[in-house]
Amino acid sequence: MNYVFEFSAVFDAWDELMAGLLRTVWLSAAAMAIGLVVAILGALAKTSGPRPLRWLIDAYIELIRNTPFLIQLFVIFFGLPVIGLRLEADQASLLALVVNVSAYGIEIIRAGIESIHHGQIEAGRALGLKPLQIFRLIVLKPALQAIYPSLTSQFILLMLNSSVCSTIAASELTAAANDIQARTFRSFEVYFVVTGLYLALSVMFWAIFAWIERAFLRQPASR
Amino acid sequence: MRSLGSGDILFILAALRWTLLLSLAAFAGGAVGGLLVALMRSGTITALRWIAFGYIKLFQGTPLLMQLFLAFFVPGIFGISVDPWGAAALGLSLHASAFLGEIWRGAIETVPKGQWEASAALGLKYWRQMRLIVLPQALRVAIPPTVGFLVQLIKATSLASIIGFVEITRAAQVINNAVFQPFTIFGLVGLAYFVICWPLSAYSRRMEQRLAVARR
Repeated sequence: MNYVFEFSAVFDAWDELMAGLLRTVWLSAAAMAIGLVVAILGALAKTSGPRPLRWLIDAYIELIRNTPFLIQLFVIFFGLPVIGLRLEADQASLLALVVNVSAYGIEIIRAGIESIHHGQIEAGRALGLKPLQIFRLIVLKPALQAIYPSLTSQFILLMLNSSVCSTIAASELTAAANDIQARTFRSFEVYFVVTGLYLALSVMFWAIFAWIERAFLRQPASR
Repeated sequence: MRSLGSGDILFILAALRWTLLLSLAAFAGGAVGGLLVALMRSGTITALRWIAFGYIKLFQGTPLLMQLFLAFFVPGIFGISVDPWGAAALGLSLHASAFLGEIWRGAIETVPKGQWEASAALGLKYWRQMRLIVLPQALRVAIPPTVGFLVQLIKATSLASIIGFVEITRAAQVINNAVFQPFTIFGLVGLAYFVICWPLSAYSRRMEQRLAVARR
């Protein structure tokens, strides 16, 4: 082994990497937040919406879950302009991530909703709550508690997946790494350090999710 | 700019065989590595358990794209040159080893402790316990999530296009650069993935439901 490591090339571009890292955090967090809302609405529609809407949602879920994210990104970024919808790389990335994570999110949240015992909902109705109140007060929180681990691992997967958005030159961490690599030719060093940064991001998101669970989703003592 | 011809579409569909071959290679590599990781992780040797744990977390906590880049560049450090095919097969195999390892560890741990104790009482040692008693029972539980992961893996091979391996996604990009009909081309490629993945997903789901009924 006579390879000479040259990490200084990477650390010279540290500011660039940190800017990319912040963009990845922003992109992922935005996609998680929007995706969660879409997934909750989708799950609600799928469990209690009219039949044609349910079929439509089913078709959407199957289509997204059985095709690669990269293809979805290409259809949105390269395909949509053909029908007159031109998006910036960052917007297309956000849209693709939301479209992708929602399909998984709907199924996860639906499973959570179905885990709520029917008697709970009937009890809510007997207390005179309106359907939306029942959903918000009785169904949503326990459902989120039940599916919190799968939902948050899906979110961390989303963050890791966002690295694929570098292929359409979205401004995020992997794209920053590609730029530095193209300039310095220190391929291994750049990607090694950036892999470490992603690992740190995973740990960070995981810690935030654990904190949120402790702060907001702690179960009441009796159940 | 020329228009999209039937030759182009055949070129793209023919590249599907590389997607399938890469999926098979990664699944085979991942099966060997995954079994090793699962045995280490569910075994009694603390050091091996921790190594397997770290390996799983490392691969589940970093993007597959970075793993592929490193699979491409790390062998170069040791003076070994790999082509995109080798790097993609290596990277995806290591990736699959972590995920299959975690899935199979879970399956092994669903086998009741009494099965271990009974087979030990019959005088079986670890390897025969594993091979004759535990793994056959774990297999039933493991099939649905394993097929589910196979779908993830087939989709994941599309990232090999980024390191320059010409499978179906890369072939589609090449043709799209010449004829620029992205909606048609990437739509078609999406459909090709769907035709392969959807039956597998449906099978995985049906097996899972059957298992859930059997467990009741």
